[in-house]
Amino acid sequence: MVLPFLAVFIGTKTSDATWTPKLALDLEGGTQIILTPVSTDGREPTAEDISQAINVIRQRVDGSGVSEAEISSQGGNNIVVAIPGKASDETIATVSRSSHMEFRPVLVQDYAFSAQPTQAPTAAATGEPTPDATTEPGSDETVAPAPTESADTTADATDDASAPATPEATDAPTQEPTADPTAAPQRPSEPASASDAAYWVTDEIRAQFDALDCTDPSNLGGGTSGKADAAFVSCGVDSEGNSDGLKYILGPVEIDGKEISSASSGLEVLPSGAMGNRWVVNMEFSSTGAKQFTDVTTRLATQSSPLNQFAMVLDGLVISAPSVDEPIPNGQAQISGSFNQTTAAQLANRLNFGSLPLDFKVQSEQQISATLGSEQLQKGLLAGIIGLLLVVVYSLLQYRTLGLVTVASLGIAALLTFGVITLLSWTQGYRLSLPGVAGLIVAIGITADSFIVYFERIRDELREGRTLGAAVERGWARARRTILASDAVNLIAAFVLYFLAVGGVRGFAFTLGLTTIIDVIVVFLFTHPLMELLSKTKFFSEGHPASGLDPRRLGVVGARYVGRGKVVTGRRTDVEPGDDATADAVRTPATVGARQDGLTIAERRAAQRAAEQGTTKDRAVSDAPKDDTAGDAPVEGSEH
Amino acid sequence: MAVGFAQWGNDLYTGRRSYDIVGHRRIFYIASTILVLISAALLIKPGLNPGIEFRGGSEFVVSGIAGDRDQQLAIDTVQGIASGESPEVTNLGADSLRIQVAELTDEQVNKVGDALQAAFDVTEDEITTQFVGPTWGQDVSRKAISGILVFLVFVTVVMTIYFRNWRMALAALIALFHDLIITVGLYAGIGWEVTPATVIGFLTILGYSIYDTVVVFDKVRENTADTLDQSRFTYAEKANLAVNQTLVRSINTSVVALLPVSAILFVGAAILGAGTLRDIALALFVGMLVGAYSSIFLATPLEVTLREQEPRIKAHTAKVLAARVGVDAETVGAGGVAVPHAAAQLRPGTHLGQAAQPKRRKPSR
Repeated sequence: MVLPFLAVFIGTKTSDATWTPKLALDLEGGTQIILTPVSTDGREPTAEDISQAINVIRQRVDGSGVSEAEISSQGGNNIVVAIPGKASDETIATVSRSSHMEFRPVLVQDYAFSAQPTQAPTAAATGEPTPDATTEPGSDETVAPAPTESADTTADATDDASAPATPEATDAPTQEPTADPTAAPQRPSEPASASDAAYWVTDEIRAQFDALDCTDPSNLGGGTSGKADAAFVSCGVDSEGNSDGLKYILGPVEIDGKEISSASSGLEVLPSGAMGNRWVVNMEFSSTGAKQFTDVTTRLATQSSPLNQFAMVLDGLVISAPSVDEPIPNGQAQISGSFNQTTAAQLANRLNFGSLPLDFKVQSEQQISATLGSEQLQKGLLAGIIGLLLVVVYSLLQYRTLGLVTVASLGIAALLTFGVITLLSWTQGYRLSLPGVAGLIVAIGITADSFIVYFERIRDELREGRTLGAAVERGWARARRTILASDAVNLIAAFVLYFLAVGGVRGFAFTLGLTTIIDVIVVFLFTHPLMELLSKTKFFSEGHPASGLDPRRLGVVGARYVGRGKVVTGRRTDVEPGDDATADAVRTPATVGARQDGLTIAERRAAQRAAEQGTTKDRAVSDAPKDDTAGDAPVEGSEH
Repeated sequence: MAVGFAQWGNDLYTGRRSYDIVGHRRIFYIASTILVLISAALLIKPGLNPGIEFRGGSEFVVSGIAGDRDQQLAIDTVQGIASGESPEVTNLGADSLRIQVAELTDEQVNKVGDALQAAFDVTEDEITTQFVGPTWGQDVSRKAISGILVFLVFVTVVMTIYFRNWRMALAALIALFHDLIITVGLYAGIGWEVTPATVIGFLTILGYSIYDTVVVFDKVRENTADTLDQSRFTYAEKANLAVNQTLVRSINTSVVALLPVSAILFVGAAILGAGTLRDIALALFVGMLVGAYSSIFLATPLEVTLREQEPRIKAHTAKVLAARVGVDAETVGAGGVAVPHAAAQLRPGTHLGQAAQPKRRKPSR
């Protein structure tokens, strides 16, 4: 009970938790865009593709400088982007741009930060000008024909080690590894190949490249892939979308991403056929792609670093730039490098995603003003309070003091729900939406029903003539089953809605499911123990008329064992003296359905006589002739 | 009132007072059929009025308008930018206007937003815009339908396992469809817009209707568990007693569930105007009402009708009725007076005290 609050309390002290749940856009105001990725070649995006698409969009949103945007998938293939406040049109356009992957040759590679004005191109084509191996900007990945040997690895400099923020990195001389010593001024009029840096790297591109600072998140948004037939400046990113410390000038597009037919990750297969212990990514091209790839790798294999690398550009960002050491003829390539299982799988996923050219279709775009949202929230809460009050009044009327148990249980459930929602909004980023509020209000009724079922069962047992203690025990055993069964149905509904539905339905389903679980917890751990305690108090066990569990009001007549060797007989006339007259009339025992042989001989004869008189006093047989002195006993015949 | 209600509850429980719901099931079947037919007709004739989320289009909400809400001004403003459009303008809440237009281009949306802001002299924060693509609604509906199907399969399986009887599950499902059709039909009849919120409401009814039915069926199962081991009452009579015994619970539950919903409905419809709260609340209000009705008057009678098809129960019913005819004939004689046979809660006899014993004779010495 206090756990969620304790957690939130600690949260408020140690982190950014708040005492109130965060609100969703429809209550707080903001922009919500719902996108559906549609592949241009008619293939259905898989769940994996969707999650990659979300990564791509998250990168774009972060890049556009919007903070606290929430991006999630809903109902299988929809992506919901929620941005607090008013989103600019550029943001929306950026987010919904289509995503694309392509292969471009690397022309120039450098550290990610914006460099000091670069010196004139040095002739050093390859070389290791850096004094420190960790800052070496070389690619640590190679691509090789699969599944043949791939013993040719470059230095396994890890991505993280080349973090550009280190002071020596900033001082590191920017190497200028353009393989073209003939210098830029005389630009050839025709490109010799896509790797012809002299042709592609114009002054403009160069300036752009120099100015590019990949440590600035706004440059990591991606989204634009540049012209297919021109050079392109881009940053390298790791799987989290952070800069991997390198930036590139890339040649024109050589292979389109859709030519990848599949990509997978796995352990390297050694020439002997045994499993190696290095993680690699296997890539397979379609027949067109295989031809193009053969050409590209044949050319690149002859080049020296970094011109022997090709970059895989996803959504305008370089996700990998392996070097090529030999031509790869059959369209089956293997990328090796400093992968571990996770990073290999991530790269394979991104390649698969890139093989699917995606357009993001805007399904719905909503800008909600903060004023409207807060008005809705206010009125929603007002409705909730009114509803709660009505329920309290009704249950007090129906169940007297017992109603207070309902009220207390509802109060506990409400507190618990509030605590859990606050906790979830802190830890899981859950946000309360208007349909969520509606779900909470509806839950009042469903939660209260559990108590009603329980109380009615106790009353039923009391009517059977049990003492309160026994009635609570037996009533609980029966009510428990009903409560669990019906709550299970509710929970199924909530789960199905949550996982299949889209939009506001999810918020509703979430609160519905949550309150159902809380309902069970409260009934089991609060209401029932409380009832057991109460049944031991004098007020309840002696059936005070205001307790709501007065056996006499519940129609128990005759002897009744009340515990401690005491037996109470007869009606309690002191309670409702005014009732007696009517009570006598009503309190004729139930003979309906009783068999006639339960009657005494005299009664049977009387009945027979009455029938023979031909009157239609058939009702009288069953209702009238019994009086109180007969009690309930004769009604019950033997059971066959 | 409470006293009368409690007494009524007692009588229902003991069977002293009993409503022969199962016996009159034909009436309820006919009533339900008529209601379903009317709803189906309403669904076809006026049909559901799809909201902007299902039609596609652009919507603007201007809130915080000071003074009069001039609807014509809104129409003129919109037409000033997108001529040829016929915007629908509705009042919303205390100081808001909602303007719905067919799909506009991004540029137009911005312009209209700015123009509305200027026309009504509000700040930028008080303009809400929404654009919905034409296929979004289809997507929502498709998801909702697949959700319903999955839910039904799950529930059928769970109920069949729980009650160990597929006929009960079937009866509950029929009652569920009954509730759903009537609710949707009534919604169509009222003519309010169907929004995703409405769909949420409809989906909730699924859960609620089954929930309500499960509670009643649980009692039916408890009461009828030993039906075949006795020959006093038929299955139908025992089931009828169960319905009567849970009647008070059903009424209390329905009232308690309906109170908060009607609070939302009132606040939503009277204060906020069109919107999420109102749409959910109406669907729920109608659905819960119909659900309470069907769990009492439709589900159990249906269940009895279905269960009576079972050979064992059929034989048992015949046996009980035959035995009863014999007894009646014997006791009442040729007059042929029918004795009403409704199941009643069996009660053990009680000790009546020594006074009820024969007087002891004085010992004769």
